[in-house]
Amino acid sequence: MTVALEGRPGRARPTLVNHNLTTASGIGLGVSMIWFSLLVLIPLTAVLVTASSGGWAEFWRSITNEQTRAAIRLTVMAAASVTLVNIVAGTAIAWVLVRDRFPGKGLLELVIDIPFALPTIVAGLVLVSLYGNDSPLGLHLANTSGSVYLAFLFVTLPFVVRMVQPVLEELDMEVEEAAASLGAGRATIFRRVVLPSLAPAIAAGAALSFARAMGEYGSLVLLSGNLPFESEVTSVRILSAIENDNQAAAASIAAVLLVISLLVIVALDILQRRVARRG
Amino acid sequence: MAETRRASAGPTTYVLRVLVIAYLALLVAWPVVLVGTNAFANGTQAMVDVLADPDTVHALQLSAIAAVVATVINTVFGVTISMLLVRKEFPGKRVLSALIDLPLSVSPIVVGLALMLVYGGRNGWLGPTVEDWGLQVVFATPGIVLATAFVSLPLVIREVVPVLHELGTEQEQAAQSLGASGWQTFWRITLPSIKWAVIYGVVLTLARSLGEFGAVKVVSGNVLGETRTATLAVEERYLNFDQEGAYALAFLLASVSVLAILVVFVLRARGTRHRAFERQS
Repeated sequence: MTVALEGRPGRARPTLVNHNLTTASGIGLGVSMIWFSLLVLIPLTAVLVTASSGGWAEFWRSITNEQTRAAIRLTVMAAASVTLVNIVAGTAIAWVLVRDRFPGKGLLELVIDIPFALPTIVAGLVLVSLYGNDSPLGLHLANTSGSVYLAFLFVTLPFVVRMVQPVLEELDMEVEEAAASLGAGRATIFRRVVLPSLAPAIAAGAALSFARAMGEYGSLVLLSGNLPFESEVTSVRILSAIENDNQAAAASIAAVLLVISLLVIVALDILQRRVARRG
Repeated sequence: MAETRRASAGPTTYVLRVLVIAYLALLVAWPVVLVGTNAFANGTQAMVDVLADPDTVHALQLSAIAAVVATVINTVFGVTISMLLVRKEFPGKRVLSALIDLPLSVSPIVVGLALMLVYGGRNGWLGPTVEDWGLQVVFATPGIVLATAFVSLPLVIREVVPVLHELGTEQEQAAQSLGASGWQTFWRITLPSIKWAVIYGVVLTLARSLGEFGAVKVVSGNVLGETRTATLAVEERYLNFDQEGAYALAFLLASVSVLAILVVFVLRARGTRHRAFERQS
């Protein structure tokens, strides 16, 4: 990149640096980066550094502690199953929102966004009201691992829907009509024509929903009861380590979650570029 | 165009429609409605009691202050970063644009822990230094603001960046060729065009900030009447068997978030109609 450009007097400023920042935008970038570092980068680095401060053996002991292992297993299991449900349900919901037409559809649009905007503790209380001990449905999920699945389903509802919906809206229906005129059945059209175009959006939504579920806390504390080996999730383990003033153990478990978040971000970056290219 | 986009209504369409409505009703709509009915189970008494409690009022005020400060910071930061990401080239741009989304996928408890490790008064990386300057961060309002700003950081950026991309640079270049300075171009040309995106971003940020729970729980210390926010008060009341109070307070918070979605919803519908109209003419 830093090719020497001497002997070319016509170019006043050789492309030594690959940017086009003016002084003002340079200052803007500098100030923004300082704030972003102070708020996000330095604190998250501190988690990784603290996790590694006791050495590998100490880190490994913290995350393989029996209770922690059970919590991580439950969280991963629940997050993965809920993501699978969301892939199917989210795509179906997006399909109904885009292709179907019936009175009150606007209300559904509104309902989809509620889990995103509702404070997580309120979401927890919301779930307690229908699935807790006074459940009008007779479903008592309080203090069971089922409550964790339910809370994850609630908070991750919008992700796949909101990623798939715009792609489905842009999709050209003529291709589907052409496939139909060539004798393809509805299932075949969906599998061979529609699904391939939706796949990157579905995957991006699934990644977001998995990441969100892995770190969820507020919406499940009230319903799950946080019982060790039954309904205790990873973030609750981190919190109890913090409350016991064991920052090293807390940071070790947090580092595991953080690495998962980072992986999701990388996957998302790749997927979003693919979605954009298709758009 | 929109009118032609409908599947021929076969039995699959109806089955799918019914399934989707049932799923959403059971998972979201019914429970949310129950919070409303539970809050007003004994008339407005629970609501009056909640609003008469000075500690609760303080908690609501604290939440509002933290949310507003975090939103202002994130709006200024968000618009600046969006402009830089879309309009400028600099080394590390792609990494930055990926890292910006990180706060959305980090657990709120991890956010709280991360801020504690750096700004904790006893043994944080920067905490003791900042405390020597007379600023307590963790277990005080600045910590709550930081936690709130962290979790809602990408929302403005995610709204503004696609609009800036779509906008292109023609108008800005025209303004500059007519002698407008960078600031003038930004205030007169760019900002009015991204106005609605910024407003959606602000509404979403405000709703998210007001509702932050996990991160605030870790850094605030949850001191009654001092650092207890509204969401922490909901949990406290519920755990102390004051279910009615918890539902009343939850209803207040839920109304604000539903209102926020409604505002975005109406503005979006308006925006789409506006754009469709422009495309036609």
